[in-house]
Formats: sequence, C-alpha cells, structure tokens
Amino acid sequence: MSDRAEIKGPVVFTRHGVARGIRTALPLVIGTFPFGLVVGVISDQKGLSWLETVLMAALMFAGSSQLLALELWSEPAPIMAATIAAIVVNIRMAPMGAALAPWLDKLRGVKLWGSLAFLVDHAFALSAAEQRRGGRDAGFLLGIGVTLWCFWNLSVGLGHIMGSAVRFPAGHPLYFAAIATFVAILVPLWRGVRRDFWPWLLAGALAVLAWKLGLGPPWPLLIGAFAGAALGAWLELRRE
Amino acid sequence: MTLRPDVLLAIIGMAVATYLCRAGGYALFRALRPPRYVEVVLQHLPGPIFMAYAMPALAAHGWKGWVAAVAVVAVQYFSRSLAAAILVGVGAMAGLGAFETWYLAR
Repeated sequence: MSDRAEIKGPVVFTRHGVARGIRTALPLVIGTFPFGLVVGVISDQKGLSWLETVLMAALMFAGSSQLLALELWSEPAPIMAATIAAIVVNIRMAPMGAALAPWLDKLRGVKLWGSLAFLVDHAFALSAAEQRRGGRDAGFLLGIGVTLWCFWNLSVGLGHIMGSAVRFPAGHPLYFAAIATFVAILVPLWRGVRRDFWPWLLAGALAVLAWKLGLGPPWPLLIGAFAGAALGAWLELRRE
Repeated sequence: MTLRPDVLLAIIGMAVATYLCRAGGYALFRALRPPRYVEVVLQHLPGPIFMAYAMPALAAHGWKGWVAAVAVVAVQYFSRSLAAAILVGVGAMAGLGAFETWYLAR
C-alpha cells in the first residue's frame, strides 16, 4: 500500500497544526543554534556587515549553502559563483517538496508557496513522518519551518556580534549537535526491517563510499539518497 | 551597518536559487504528474536522504561518532524526545573525547 493512500480525510491547514509544528521544532534548535553561531562568526571574518549577514540568513535560510558561499567569498562578491553554489547544495530540497505532495496538493496560493519557502531538512523529515502516521494538517510543516527560521536568524546574527568570542575549536563536541539531530530524526522515519533495511543500508553505504572517494557535496548525499529510495521503490512495487 | 550592492546582488542570486530548489521540485511534480514509480521513489526518500547525510558525517568522526550515534538512536527510541537525544549525543561526544585524551595520555 502506498503512503498516499494512508491519509484519511481531507488535508487541512490550521492554526493548531502550525502550533504543533512550533512545539515540535523547539528542541531542534539545540542542533541548529551552534551551527548558526558558526555561520555568523565566519561571515564576520569574511568582512560581511551585520545587516548583510542577517539578510543572507533570512533570505537563504540554508546553513550548509551559506557556509559554502562564505568559503568561496571574495571581493567583490562572487555573484555568479555563489548563485551556482547555492543551486548545487540546495538541489537536494527539490525532491523534498515533491515528496510532500499529498499535503501540498491541497494547498493554494500563499499557503502553498509560502510553506515551500520555509522548507528545510528537519521540517521535511518530521512532516514525512507525520504524513505516514496519517497526519493531515499541513500547517505542521510551516510551523516547524518558521520556528527554525526565527532561531536561525537569531543565531547567525548573534554569532556575527560575538565574533571570535564564540569560536569553538575544530572537533568541539557542540559541532556534533547538528549530526545528532539528523541521526535522531531517522528514528521516527523507520518503518520496519522489511521496508527500510536494504534501502537505508544502501543509501548509507553509497554515501560513505562516495565521500571516501573524495566527491564533494552534494554528490554523496544525492547518490546515496536516490539509490536507496530507488531500491525501496523497486522492492515495494515488486511485492505488490 | 553597510549593505554593498555587489553583496546584495550575490545574496539575492543565492536566495532566488535556493527558493527555486525548494519550490521547483514540487512545481515540476505538479505540472508533470510523473509515473507511479517516481512517486513511490519519492515516498521512500526521507529515510535514505538522512542516512546519506548522517553516515559520511559519522564516518568522519571515527569510532566516537558511531558510539555517540548508537546512544542518540537509543535515547530517541525510548524517550521519543529529540532534545534528549541531541543532548545525549553531544554529551557522549564530549565524554568519549575526554576518555580518548585520558587514554592516550596514560
């Protein structure tokens, strides 16, 4: 049975759903806040003003691509290179929106395109898990996204102000918070050995292999994710 | 509090590119209505995407990363609290790092 069929009743978009998204997102801030501080610190080192830094955070809301842009930053600003880098790193989010189609299809106008503006990895994972549980309040997705966006701007802006005062040395355990978040998020996504074991194993193994071969982002992620998902789909359709 | 035009242009370029990534996948899906296999692949994407994120990052942390990851999964599974799982992960990394330093200096 496909996941799409598991949604019973009409998809709604309520204030209650947004509020539940906000509550769900608050613990995630433990993982995103240190990352935001780091982005703010590096932005300061690269000579961006506070306004430029916070504007970049607010309009992009994409930590790893902000970090990459800052790594290749130069004077004058590398407009073309930064734009291309943003596409390369963020292309992973394109299939996320498509995967949330069972909810998004029922939204229109600003609710639809606004919800997509705040789409991030965590919001996608938790919304996918919610969808699989039969959740049908699409406000949940926006609630998570907006909450993370607010704290993202706060942490990046704070990092810029505090500058080197908050610079953690490489290998500081706080850097592990972001990875721990993604590992923890895997738990509610797990649907059992029969459906997920081989696809997940293939995804992880191929991503590690691609990384070991020295491929840069986004390749390990894209190769692993699509190979795993393709295997999962093949196994599911073969069972039908 | 400066806002240089070249920096603003770069930010706008990156912001537009990022929004196109966010919304473009869904817009294409909506316009094309891909075959069922593609739809099923998308339904299987969440788990593999986070495996493909986390595994290279854990591998980069070596044995400490794997041990901490097991702790994170266990805490998340039993407590169902993301906050507890993340904090235990960071705590485990700190503890294992201290242990390693102590062990090597012994």
